[in-house]
Amino acid sequence: MNLFQSIMEQLLNGLRTGSIYALIALGYSMVYGIAKMINFAHGDVIMVGAYALFMGMTALSLPLPVAIIFTIVVCAVLGIAIEKVAYKPLRNASSLAVLITAIGMSFLLQSLALIIFSATPIPFKSIISMKGIKIAGVDIPGITIITLVVTTAIMVALTLFINKTKAGSAMRAVSEDRGAAALMGINVNRTISMTFAIGSALAAVAGILYICQYQSITPTLGALPGIKAFVAAVLGGIGSIPGAMVGGILLGIVESMSKAYISTELADAIVFGVLVVILLVKPSGLLGKLKAEKV
Amino acid sequence: MALLEVTNLGISFGGLRAVDNFNIKIEKGQLYGLIGPNGAGKTTIFNLLTGVYQPTDGTIALDGEVLNGKSPAQICQSGISRTFQNIRLFHEMTVLDNVKAALHNQMTYSLADTFFRLPKYRKKEDEMNRKAVEILKVFDLDSHADHLAANLPYGKQRKLEIARALATNPKLLLLDEPAAGMNPNETAELMDTIKLIRDQFDITVLLIEHDMKLVSGICEYLTVLNFGTELASGTPNVVLNNPVVITAYLGE
Repeated sequence: MNLFQSIMEQLLNGLRTGSIYALIALGYSMVYGIAKMINFAHGDVIMVGAYALFMGMTALSLPLPVAIIFTIVVCAVLGIAIEKVAYKPLRNASSLAVLITAIGMSFLLQSLALIIFSATPIPFKSIISMKGIKIAGVDIPGITIITLVVTTAIMVALTLFINKTKAGSAMRAVSEDRGAAALMGINVNRTISMTFAIGSALAAVAGILYICQYQSITPTLGALPGIKAFVAAVLGGIGSIPGAMVGGILLGIVESMSKAYISTELADAIVFGVLVVILLVKPSGLLGKLKAEKV
Repeated sequence: MALLEVTNLGISFGGLRAVDNFNIKIEKGQLYGLIGPNGAGKTTIFNLLTGVYQPTDGTIALDGEVLNGKSPAQICQSGISRTFQNIRLFHEMTVLDNVKAALHNQMTYSLADTFFRLPKYRKKEDEMNRKAVEILKVFDLDSHADHLAANLPYGKQRKLEIARALATNPKLLLLDEPAAGMNPNETAELMDTIKLIRDQFDITVLLIEHDMKLVSGICEYLTVLNFGTELASGTPNVVLNNPVVITAYLGE
């Protein structure tokens, strides 16, 4: 295998992991945009999605497409419930209270999973059985193809949804000025619920793709992709939808390249190092906007 | 029956009585002015009328429907819309999208229509675009439809805010200092626009303003507010020559 092939393969690996990070980062960024909070329980929604898929396929013995829809619905409902129960009562509280609550919610979900499913990893056989293809000597595994197709389709659909539909314009309006949006007749609570539902549904899809890659389910599986996607969202500029996509993919590629050519142990350190450097140069993130205060 | 009937309205913030025993009756189609020195409670009354604050006492009725206890979005749907003293547009959205966001209540299509791009989605979106452009034309903003609201000059941003408020299809439009920061030419133009929308959209206008030329030029009836309570009411000529009002504004 020559250098070109090896670089291309690492690039594809990076794209695959990165697009999963991007899906998760979108959830962080959308929720931040609209509720002005970091939903640290977001990573654990991925974990719930993984268990939901597993239970759907084993305990409920649903056919695969139904199990996938079941997973997405479970996560969307969970997202709405988390917001209603934990965050909505704190809407006018200090941001520190909301932050602590979000972290608490994260531990709650992990502990519940621990009680129900125990800490023993559950082996999971990838649901993607597509054969890989070879282009110009570069192997492209089926899971990479499916992941890239699915995430690209979702990102396109999401962008259209936000820019071209009534509900999307309500989301943009609420994220800019919640008070003015309410006074223009927009139902703010419903818009916030919808945002949590969409973000969690994206996390469900990310969770499915993630366990197809790692093939094992544990109560803490959401923690690492969750924190990396958070880094991706900040890197791209939190609150920005294209920023989350770019941040996620960039992070995935940096991580995979570092693993392949520098050091597996150092890969995470390099990923977070990139974050530090970018924030030093551009504190608002790659595509984020710095709000200048008019004096 | 009057379009807006407010009786005994009052609100306290802790020990501060911001509005006390305030009464107002606005007939349909009237151009009504609410004036008073700074801190008199004018914007507080707007916030009470639009549900931002809940009154401690009194009732607010629009067209016979009591609005107390309703949320801002519900009151907007009942037919009261407003602009803000400091412009609160959706700055990162286009001029057209600002107006479309306010058309929300009148347009319904389901999520299924959206996702499957059903004909209903197209039809409603087209209808919203048409309506929005129609409203923008009234304000001469249609040529800016694709610009970001933040990039409009100040006077046009003020106009866009009125356009956005009109898009909610209100019975009563509240304008909070519409001429603030405008030069005399812009103010004159604004006066014409306010008269025009009253006639063309068949709505009632209640406005807060400090520019006495605008107030005496277009308002048919005035209420003067001082320390949260009514000081005087009547036609502009009578009110603005009332010694009590002059004292309140200029001091002894």
